[in-house]
Amino acid sequence: MSAREEVLARIRTALGETRAPVPEVVRDYRQAGNAPADAALLALLVDRVEDYRADVLRCGPEEVGATVRAALTRGLGEGWAAADVVVAPGLDAAWRPDGCDVDDDRPAVQLADRAAAVTAVAVAIAETGTLVLDGSPACGRRALSLLPDCLVCVVTVDQVVAGVPEGLARLDPVRPLTMISGPSATSDIELQRVEGVHGPRQLFVVLAG
Amino acid sequence: MTAVHLGMPGLPTAPRGVGHLRGTESFPDAARHELRNGQLRANLGHATATIRGKRAGVVAEVPDWEQLRAAGKAIKAATMARLDEHLVELERQVTARGGTVHWARDANEANAIVTALVQATGTTEVVKVKSMATQEIGLNEALEAVGLDVFETDLAELIVQLGEDKPSHILVPAIHKNRAEIKEIFARTIPGVDPELTDDPRQLAMAARTHLRERFLRARVAVSGANFAVAETGTLSVVESEGNGRMCLTLPDTLITVMGIEKVVPTWTDLEVFLQLLPRSSTGERMNPYTSTWAGVTPGDGPQEFHLVLLDNGRTAVLADEVGREALHCIRCSACLNVCPVYERTGGHAYGSVYPGPIGAILSPQLTGVEDNASLPYASSLCGACYEVCPVAIDIPSILVHLRAEHVEAQEHPTAEALAFRGLAKAMSHPRLWHLAQRGARLGRLIARGKPTLPNVFPPPISGWTRSRDLPTPPTRTFVQQWTEEHGQ
Ligand code: SF4
Repeated sequence: MSAREEVLARIRTALGETRAPVPEVVRDYRQAGNAPADAALLALLVDRVEDYRADVLRCGPEEVGATVRAALTRGLGEGWAAADVVVAPGLDAAWRPDGCDVDDDRPAVQLADRAAAVTAVAVAIAETGTLVLDGSPACGRRALSLLPDCLVCVVTVDQVVAGVPEGLARLDPVRPLTMISGPSATSDIELQRVEGVHGPRQLFVVLAG
Repeated sequence: MTAVHLGMPGLPTAPRGVGHLRGTESFPDAARHELRNGQLRANLGHATATIRGKRAGVVAEVPDWEQLRAAGKAIKAATMARLDEHLVELERQVTARGGTVHWARDANEANAIVTALVQATGTTEVVKVKSMATQEIGLNEALEAVGLDVFETDLAELIVQLGEDKPSHILVPAIHKNRAEIKEIFARTIPGVDPELTDDPRQLAMAARTHLRERFLRARVAVSGANFAVAETGTLSVVESEGNGRMCLTLPDTLITVMGIEKVVPTWTDLEVFLQLLPRSSTGERMNPYTSTWAGVTPGDGPQEFHLVLLDNGRTAVLADEVGREALHCIRCSACLNVCPVYERTGGHAYGSVYPGPIGAILSPQLTGVEDNASLPYASSLCGACYEVCPVAIDIPSILVHLRAEHVEAQEHPTAEALAFRGLAKAMSHPRLWHLAQRGARLGRLIARGKPTLPNVFPPPISGWTRSRDLPTPPTRTFVQQWTEEHGQ
């Protein structure tokens, strides 16, 4: 018997000849609603993201480009050069700093040479302060939001949902997803949280609209 | 509670001689020397108190926590009831998306599969994401035995690996080390480490970043575990904090994921429950910094070769026990360790298994067969704190009592301890007997004559127990009596 057949046979033995009915799953927790993001929800998102010691910059829909540049200045200091910044290939052209590097099909590890990355997100979850990137052209491949030490993510208000159920309902489970809640961190030393280990040590969220 | 039901004989448990499910000595013996380590107790007491406070805060702010907990429990029970069907569907979906699925009856088979896969790539280095399953099967030792270099990349795992130590906690394997001890390990073992390194946690984390950076960038093969696998979509998930997981899941050409068969969940929607329960229960955060999900292979993004190893190693034997199978619902959050008064004093090493604390006390003996971990079901005071915090509401105390009874049944010549627990198990599963026993405890008040603890006046075999413990004088009223008086029915 192959290992596959044997493990499956063991499960069948364990569960018995006549199987008990499958227990019912009651989902009476708060579920996906479709309420549009109001001011309170946006304020909650900002509060929760800042609680992770990430920075939030709010702006109008027309000011995204300037706000992204302001975020880069905060992260990299005044003298940053466009060549230090790599952006997702599908990022809205108006949001890109002039002259920046656009990610292409170079080996992923070369992205480690860039100081900062700019991407869009697929969904932002207010209650947990979570951004979700889905590998689409606007979010970029996974290595893009991982290797540069400073990450700037642009969130538009229509992407903000209240809780985890709403967030997952909007996502495609077959795409490679990265859920980001604050900068990389560890609590492995005396359970004290330290921001910044292997992932980006700085996270800026530009909330537009 | 139902009457004692013995596990199905015949289903193989985890084999001896491989992996880390059995200690070299019994829990009481191991606990005795761990208890002499004052530094360990201080480190643990400090760390668990911190995490308990954080968890309580973020759980309290979720208005539907109990509903999520009930849903989590029900999803797990429903999954186990049709485990074979969900695994076959998972295999179909992963394969359809370009992954390869392997099945392993036990630790030896899983180690052989992973070793062959790594060797086939021609590389000699493997980076690893922290994973309980690969610790359980002793994968690192198996890979090292054929000359491969294995690098643990989680900070706490790195501390354990560099210190040639053993993990003592599910989530924070180096919880028993404080910052000064960690600094000493880094200064001694990391080549070229900054000689000015202090014990500031930030500096220590940066030293780990520098140490591992190059390794991530040149890694060609990574091995991970999985927190969840969604059958209907073939989506795997790793929940982490530091980004070392993302490095391993993203940069190498080949990814090998080793996952216990109980980690499957039927639907994508099910993750909405667990991704709320897990982070708040484990690190006490609203959400952990990084959660990655992937299904098979994505062209142009991440590893282009993906292998999933589905591991039994005693799990089907656990599944066969109708009471004990709830231990398979565990999502490895470690909340039960952090609240356990026994764990807080003995630490994780005393349990002898990679699964310490209350969950370890019910899981390890079932995976190995109770005869190989016979003292673990007694490593608890049955205080019930573990059940209270468990995000999937595993009734750990009842399973402990069940396993004690099973251990007693299995013995030809019962020991005094066994007899006592046989009586206790019986009393606890029959409310009328339990009330009678509680009334009997009031006798103890007479012996105590108003002192807070009972004098050591008992004859053997009870004296064996009271010699090393202060037996508190039983209260005048039982908890249930007090509750009924104060709150009505
Ligand atoms: S038994 Fe429950 S509380 Fe303990 S680690 Fe598992 S899920 Fe967490």
